[in-house]
Amino acid sequence: MADCATGTAIAQVDLTKIKPYGDTLNDGMTELAFTLPVPYGDEADEAARQLVRKMGLDEPNVVYSKSMTEGYTFFVVYGKCQHTVDFTTIKVAKVEVDVMDRLECAEYIKENIRRPVVMVGASTGTDAHTVGIDAIMNMKGFHGHFGLERFEGVEAYNMGSQVPNEVLIAKAKEVHADAILVSQTVTQKDIHIQNLTNMVELLEAEGMRDKVILVCGGPRISHELAQELGYDAGFGPHKYAEDVASFVLTEIVNRGMV
Amino acid sequence: MKSKLNLDPAKVDHARESAHKIAQSMQEFIDRHTTVSTERTVLRLLGVDGVDEFDEPLPNVVVDQLLKAGGLPRGIAYWMGNAMIQTGKSPQEIAEAIGRGEMNITELEQAPVKEAEEKIMPIVHDALAKIRQQTAKRNEYLATIGEGKRPYLYVIVATGNIYEDVVQAQAAARQGADIIAVIRTTAQSLLDYVPYGPTTEGFGGTYATQENFRIMRKALDEVGEEVGRYIRLCNYSSGMCMPEIAAMGAIERLDVMLNDAIYGILFRDINMQRTLVDQYFSRVIIGYSDIIFNSGEDNYLTTDDAYENAHTVLASQFINEQFAVLANVKEEQMGLGHAFEMDPDIENGFLYELSQAIMAREIFPNAPLKYMPPTKYMTGNIFKGNVQDALFNIIAIWSGQSLQLLGMLTEAIHTPHMHDRYLSIENASYIFNNMRDLGSEVYYKEGGIIQTRAQGVLDKADKMLSEIVEEGLFSTIEQGKFGGVKRPRDGGKGLEGVCVKDDAYFNPFIPLMLGGAE
Ligand code: B12
Repeated sequence: MADCATGTAIAQVDLTKIKPYGDTLNDGMTELAFTLPVPYGDEADEAARQLVRKMGLDEPNVVYSKSMTEGYTFFVVYGKCQHTVDFTTIKVAKVEVDVMDRLECAEYIKENIRRPVVMVGASTGTDAHTVGIDAIMNMKGFHGHFGLERFEGVEAYNMGSQVPNEVLIAKAKEVHADAILVSQTVTQKDIHIQNLTNMVELLEAEGMRDKVILVCGGPRISHELAQELGYDAGFGPHKYAEDVASFVLTEIVNRGMV
Repeated sequence: MKSKLNLDPAKVDHARESAHKIAQSMQEFIDRHTTVSTERTVLRLLGVDGVDEFDEPLPNVVVDQLLKAGGLPRGIAYWMGNAMIQTGKSPQEIAEAIGRGEMNITELEQAPVKEAEEKIMPIVHDALAKIRQQTAKRNEYLATIGEGKRPYLYVIVATGNIYEDVVQAQAAARQGADIIAVIRTTAQSLLDYVPYGPTTEGFGGTYATQENFRIMRKALDEVGEEVGRYIRLCNYSSGMCMPEIAAMGAIERLDVMLNDAIYGILFRDINMQRTLVDQYFSRVIIGYSDIIFNSGEDNYLTTDDAYENAHTVLASQFINEQFAVLANVKEEQMGLGHAFEMDPDIENGFLYELSQAIMAREIFPNAPLKYMPPTKYMTGNIFKGNVQDALFNIIAIWSGQSLQLLGMLTEAIHTPHMHDRYLSIENASYIFNNMRDLGSEVYYKEGGIIQTRAQGVLDKADKMLSEIVEEGLFSTIEQGKFGGVKRPRDGGKGLEGVCVKDDAYFNPFIPLMLGGAE
């Protein structure tokens, strides 16, 4: 009981080798829930255990299993993760820009761009979700963050939902857009990847890709994914108009599109 | 029964009266018009099915020909009856001949309208008899194997593959589900035709086709017999093919259909004239076939704030109710929609939700209300999500809801997996059983939070309806008063498929269905 007496029982975290934490450092405690296409029974539990061991969890413990229907069993399994990750070498693609608030953006436009900045946006393809793009573009904004329509010096055109890529591009041409904002919510069967890729291809075919700042967003969109697909930036949950505006305005200046 | 919320019955009556005026004034517009989808529905009811060599559905082939030739204002029933007189063929044979490019339906010799109508009537009666047989079959099942207790547990399947859907649906039924809705693939609502045959690919849902309906109906009848409960099947009579899908649903014995007079306008940008004309025929079919319709008011609360704009839901329920009355839908079939969608951070949010749920129950006492779960404020925190769903289930059993669309803890992430459905059924079954009679044990404090909230919502709904009476429904929608979504009267999709009827127009099904024939 020496530890108790000295009160220094808590080990130090080694950031080069981190693993899950339950109640004791490096216990690796992890919980999983999944269904296997096998009938309920002892063999099913054993299959789950073996599978979880293969996933890299020691001492797999099936704490609950239940028949979902003939031939399918649901499991809750605990195990101790054997693997570690070096936290000190992690790199994440992020939109690198100093975020300015709405008034700072207005100021920035006045000083550095000195003309209205035009942005067109839509929820494209077959996607009918508008709440995301509305949150970014509409006057009212979202969660107390005003949308682009409220930004002085920004002309924002929100085309709504289920807008074909071709139509969005035509609008961008018509109003000489500096930036195109694409929103994608439905991701089932990677439908968003197809649609986002198609947008880039169309812009390239039109010779417009270099002339606009192309941004996408949605609940399952990351900056990394966006860049892989050929976008300049991607914005996921908890991003608001000021994040997008700051990026677009800075890009306009950096790229000499003033 | 005295209102536990102390709602003023005079105000309820006034709101209902306003909604009646609104629906009635729209009905005059509706009665003057027809649409391509309405006419295709007539063809489907007459037994026209299948596709041409380019996979275009025959009802579309025929109606497109009619539209191009300028014959739409007369209505397909006349042209079909006439073609039968002139050729001696059946509607299906005629449609096939048109599909092969061998016949031009408006270029045949033209018999008088009366004769065409007489010619077609036996087929119309046959079609109605078939639908009646399906109703009888449903009633027989209900009388023999019975059904689950209310609130019915209502879950969705949405794999994209109808055969995979069957696996998921049967599993759900064994887990305790009473209603299975097959969610449609994204963007089907904008197709101006109904795809044909069984389908195995879809995004976020599965195509609604007649064959898919048949496959799922059979699977649910099988599992229903196995578990000893009739399992209801639900699909969407909405979008550009609203009445056609209602007809398919009637023929294949669907039990519940999503069908809203306004949803397509606001959430799919379908032209408002088109939608209102289409919804009428679809509701007549639904009414005749004993199908429960579900209106989509819950959706307003995804684009608008659920606390601030609760009255728009109530106003819309009144309007949907009155449209249904005009289509001769019984109260017992009116699955008016509402939802538990307030921001979970609101203090006393549960009390407001409870108040509104009881209010809906009191105002529409015989309607099988469809109560929708939290969706908008569901997040990747599935554990909290399960608690949100539990609060929703408590309100449902407490306030006596009828069709409980179960919340999924994974709502913010993907369409439901097999075990998500199990967890949600378990959540609801536990709560419903544990709290079964809570509602009848409780009264509410005079002038307290719960009473005051419901009175306030009713007040605002009543005012809104009075304004709509003044301004008309079209212009109310143009101003964005439902769901905060603005739609122009001539905008949106499908207006080119609307036309004014000529003097000799007839749709043989509408009067017979309204009269409850066969
Ligand atoms: C509301 C809603 C609807 C409403 C939409 C109303 C409307 N006008 O938008 C209605 C009821 C119409 C609807 C329909 C459907 N829906 Co829906 N819906 C939702 C729901 C409940 C909330 C979405 C939402 O509004 N979130 C709030 C906004 C503010 O968040 P956000 O979109 O993430 O936006 C933020 C960021 O991502 C970012 N952002 C978003 N876009 C952009 C763009 C740019 C340029 C930038 C910079 C940033 C940015 O900024 C925003 C603010 O921070 C979700 C479930 C959930 N809780 O997430 C399901 C959900 C998204 N829907 C889903 C599905 C499948 C559908 C349907 C396909 C179902 C069907 N088969 O009919 C249909 C869509 C049909 C179609 N053609 O698309 C699935 C998607 C599954 C998947 N991963 O593919 C979900 C997850 C539900 C589920 N579990 O099944 N839906």
